[in-house]
Amino acid sequence: MRDASPVPLIALAGNPNAGKTTLFNALTGLGQKVANYPGVTVERKEGSWTIGGQHSRLIDLPGLYSLDATSIDEQIASDVLRGEVSGLPKPDAVIAVVDATNLERNLYLVTQLFEFNVPVVVALTMIDVFEKQHHEINIGKLSDSLGVPVVAVNASADRGVDELADVVAKTLTAIQTPRRFLNGDGENARIFARYNFISNALQESVVHNDQAAHGISEKIDRILTHKFFGLIILVAILLVVFQTIFTWATVPMDLLELGFGALGDAVRSGLPPGVLTDLIVDGIIAGVGGVLVFLPQILLLFLFISILEDTGYMARAAFLLDRLMSRVGLHGKAFLPLMSSFACAIPGIMATRTIENQRDRFATIMIAPFMSCSARLPVYTLMIGAFFAGQKVLGFISIGAVLMLAMYALGIVVALIVAFILKRTILKSPPPPFIMELPPYRMPNLRTVVQNMLTRAWLFLKRAGTVILAISIILWALMYFPREAQLDQNFRKVSESEPATNVTESQHLRNSYAGKLGHAIEPVIQPLGFDWKIGVALIASFAAREVLVSTLSIIYNVGKDENEESPTLIAAIREAKNDQGETVWTPLTALTLMVFFVLAIQCMSTVAVVRRETNSWVWTLFMVSYMTGLAYFAAFVTYQGGRWLGFS
Amino acid sequence: MRLPDVEIGTSADVVTVHGEGSVPKRLMEMGLVPGVKIRVVKSAPFGDPIEIRLRGYSLALRISEAEAIEVAV
Repeated sequence: MRDASPVPLIALAGNPNAGKTTLFNALTGLGQKVANYPGVTVERKEGSWTIGGQHSRLIDLPGLYSLDATSIDEQIASDVLRGEVSGLPKPDAVIAVVDATNLERNLYLVTQLFEFNVPVVVALTMIDVFEKQHHEINIGKLSDSLGVPVVAVNASADRGVDELADVVAKTLTAIQTPRRFLNGDGENARIFARYNFISNALQESVVHNDQAAHGISEKIDRILTHKFFGLIILVAILLVVFQTIFTWATVPMDLLELGFGALGDAVRSGLPPGVLTDLIVDGIIAGVGGVLVFLPQILLLFLFISILEDTGYMARAAFLLDRLMSRVGLHGKAFLPLMSSFACAIPGIMATRTIENQRDRFATIMIAPFMSCSARLPVYTLMIGAFFAGQKVLGFISIGAVLMLAMYALGIVVALIVAFILKRTILKSPPPPFIMELPPYRMPNLRTVVQNMLTRAWLFLKRAGTVILAISIILWALMYFPREAQLDQNFRKVSESEPATNVTESQHLRNSYAGKLGHAIEPVIQPLGFDWKIGVALIASFAAREVLVSTLSIIYNVGKDENEESPTLIAAIREAKNDQGETVWTPLTALTLMVFFVLAIQCMSTVAVVRRETNSWVWTLFMVSYMTGLAYFAAFVTYQGGRWLGFS
Repeated sequence: MRLPDVEIGTSADVVTVHGEGSVPKRLMEMGLVPGVKIRVVKSAPFGDPIEIRLRGYSLALRISEAEAIEVAV
């Protein structure tokens, strides 16, 4: 059976934090393929590795403490080792990555690997740290007592990598008899027997010179997980991270926006006018460009997440916050994805992969878009600028700032309530156990950090990109068709003589399917104080929230390129009349629209990422409908409640 | 006595892990088997979870999970 595949398959297994990713990157370089295992969202990383002059496939298993199939990761890993994953033969050898500074627990997984009838080679990492701690290890003796080859490697310095390749190449031809640790009966007895075997093996090969080893991490932790300062430092770190994301990302984001604008103009001038050109420029380039603009934020956020994870701080953050998060039934690890979602829900949702239990992960995904992301800011700014600018409460607090804060608070409160309800109903599960290693602090490995960041970005582009492209085209078509020849000709004439006029563009939008849809939903949104024009803007802004601003500009004929602070747009909104000649916008309408935008999903990229991360259209549609329903309900209560209280 | 009753900064030996199911099993797999020496390092800001040290590494767990661990000081 081994010979079924001419290219040998080698699996890489190890505990989380054992240096597995660093080793995998060192062995395979840049030629990695990342995909998901069929039907689940466990990542499958594969690369090519040359051993003994021949090419082999190296597959990186998820980080594991055990192979007893209590989590999806463990289930997948043991399926791979048994050769039960479709499209993957049984591995010809397995490399067990073992952290020398944490031998006993790391070797537990190795004792389980012995049972799979696959040759095992132990790659011993962190040996430099181990020796700095004045411990001694006899690798030959360790190899003898374990009964498998042991190779010391330092992947970041490329040490031991060649030797590992040689040993693995030799092992490919070896036959290993499975060993089982069946002293006594029952699960517990077996775990006990495995640890006994490890203790005996280490007694002969390792000399410990006391526990002073972990001193540094424990000293750092005296401050970083301090009951009081720990929390303050956590908040400070997060503030710095988000501040940096906002400030650093603006420059590349603006450049991307300019670039796509220029690309659109170049394409338009290079192609003959017509439907196809409009599709390419207004549908594809504008739609996809509008989403790619988020890429800098995603890259930066994942840069910081990788650094926080690699240093070991992330586990501390979960430790500090687990008590708060578990109140609503979430895991401490849910905190970071939710915080990230204030920048953008897309990386936030992608960051939920660190949560092991699927129900907890889904609950976190379902509430992440309630965090007010940066795309909501233009909407808030426009509404506040138009109706609440310069007003103060108590003489000195600006209403604008209070409203802004209230919108953020509304999102958080609703998210916590929804999480609480979900965890007690459709995602019912006991509070997730919190049995988590606090790994020693380490300097982050540059290669791992960068690779991690690029992998995420690529996943976003590849998977979300296709869905986003499709939705962009649909939305464009809704706003473009039907195209009446008469109107089109007028438009051409107008645009030739006086390009700044958008009268016909706005007329087009009225007559388009989107305009008709706006009219069709008018009875539904009337109780929120919205007319059909706002309806059109709501439909268009499903592409991305900030599209609301440009759509309103088109509808009110003030030019597509107006931004949320533009006085022309603000004046147009204030003066807008509905078909009965009544004023459309009041401060209450503005507030209602803001509330709607806090809670409505209104972001096709998020929808695409949720589809990808949950691997389920049912969950995706559930999210779209419950968020829209909730947004409608809250907007209804705001508007009707406001009227009842006498506001207009 | 149970693990949550051990004072912070003190060491103890694990006697047994009570209960059945995935949580007690995971605790044992993480090395909390009879006879192993542990030390309670600290508790998180709101008193829960706690950090213990065993087999040369640090493990965080909730009080509710630590209840399953019988220890002798």
